[in-house]
Amino acid sequence: MEKAIEINNVNVQYDGVPVLENTSIAIPYGTFSGVIGMNGAGKSTLFKVIMGLVKPSSGEVKICNDPPSLAQKHGHVAYVPQTEMVDWDFPVSVYEVVMMGRIGLQGVFKSPHPKDHEYVQKSLERVGMTEFADRQIGELSGGQKKRAFVARALAQGAEILLLDEPFAGLDKLSEQSITELLVKLKNEGKTIILATHELTSLPDICDRVALVRKTVVAYGPIKEVFTKELVSQTFDGIIHNINFDR
Amino acid sequence: MEILQYILEPLQYPFMYKAVIVSAVVGATCAILSCFLILKGWSLLGDAISHAVLPGVVLAYIIGIPFSLGAFVSALLSVVMIGFIKTNSKIKEDAIMGIVFTTLFALGLILISSIASTVDLMHVLFGEVLGITDFAAVMTVVVLSLVSLVVLLFRKTFLVFCFDPTHAQSVGMPIKFIHYAFLVLLAITITGSLQTVGIILVIAMLITPGSTAFLLTKRFSVMIVIAVLVSVFSSVAGAYASYYIDISTGGAIVFLQGCIFLAVFTYQTVVNARSVGRLAPPKIS
Repeated sequence: MEKAIEINNVNVQYDGVPVLENTSIAIPYGTFSGVIGMNGAGKSTLFKVIMGLVKPSSGEVKICNDPPSLAQKHGHVAYVPQTEMVDWDFPVSVYEVVMMGRIGLQGVFKSPHPKDHEYVQKSLERVGMTEFADRQIGELSGGQKKRAFVARALAQGAEILLLDEPFAGLDKLSEQSITELLVKLKNEGKTIILATHELTSLPDICDRVALVRKTVVAYGPIKEVFTKELVSQTFDGIIHNINFDR
Repeated sequence: MEILQYILEPLQYPFMYKAVIVSAVVGATCAILSCFLILKGWSLLGDAISHAVLPGVVLAYIIGIPFSLGAFVSALLSVVMIGFIKTNSKIKEDAIMGIVFTTLFALGLILISSIASTVDLMHVLFGEVLGITDFAAVMTVVVLSLVSLVVLLFRKTFLVFCFDPTHAQSVGMPIKFIHYAFLVLLAITITGSLQTVGIILVIAMLITPGSTAFLLTKRFSVMIVIAVLVSVFSSVAGAYASYYIDISTGGAIVFLQGCIFLAVFTYQTVVNARSVGRLAPPKIS
């Protein structure tokens, strides 16, 4: 299978302290992967490597067969920020946020091309946010806020969507509808990767899982990797109420 | 038309004519930058840079070069120092800014106290647009108009930079370059505004108009327009006030801007209290 992300023997250090060691993972196109691990295990660093925000001290990273810097130019990877990372009072509308997905592809001086507007409208349609296009982003519900940023990722034309704790603070209904949206995008060929602490619902959402503890301990289909033994290793044995017999 | 006469009569004097134009351009440029500055949460950084220009100004005076040159170099030095200490220590940025700008400002005070005549330097500390020279007036108008033009041309880039720098970086925008470009534009604006409002008060020009506008709208483009209108009005009115009642121009401009902000804030608080039935002032940050 063709790989959306290929990371080989990557090492990342912050101030000499290793955060990721000899990390390798190959994520196929059109898959829905969950990334789990304890706080400080290196999940967000792994995301930063995929986004090209952190340069590994050694190892190889390929995003859609491109090196990270080229992948950025092509807009291969989009991320949906954590709710608390966004200034919801910021005076921008949903439409403007989605248009920000096009900014890497526009010339700096140019105003949006008709094609850019087309992309934005289509993206809003796909996430069901057309009627909220003119809302200021703070005037949305939790689920709608996520949808707006998923639309930005689509407008960017990204192949890979990274979501960090997308369900934090969402009610069950919004969580379900966002999950449905992500599964729909996956079925259309997008590669979805989400970091989460919600181990219980993980097998219902993702088809694959990556266990992270200073490195990718294991990665593969839920059935093979989301086992009591492996998950327990990743979390120091602290796992409760998770049903592994599926 | 008596009011018209009050407005037009002072313009017969070249010094007043210059003062009005310079004040308006300073007001407009500061207002545009203020919209980005308050959304980015960089108000304190603006304050730091403006205080840090003092030693550069005094040194320029001693050497005998244009004080704006000294101010600009000094401003850049403060930005570099803050950035350097931040990346190489665990001290939080607000503390670093406090240390850097007070130290540089203190150095400026020491330099001032060591020279004989301080009359000219008072203009820089407190602003005196009515006494601006022809050369300084032309330079200020040209340079600040250019800054406004650049910021407006790249407004989308700067807006994404303020709103979501991680996204900007992930699509390959040169985030470090944008960061420093914005700081350089800020330093130029502060330098260009010194003659009008002075070192101590220039930060008000860079915070208040944007904040007032932010209270009034949820659209960024509208925010810029409101900020510019409020700021230009305050600046020109301040120049007239100092002509007619002989008060400090910078003081008049900044006081007026503060009053407009408070009026808008009070009005909104009252309206919100009525509509919601409780006090719920809009948040600024």
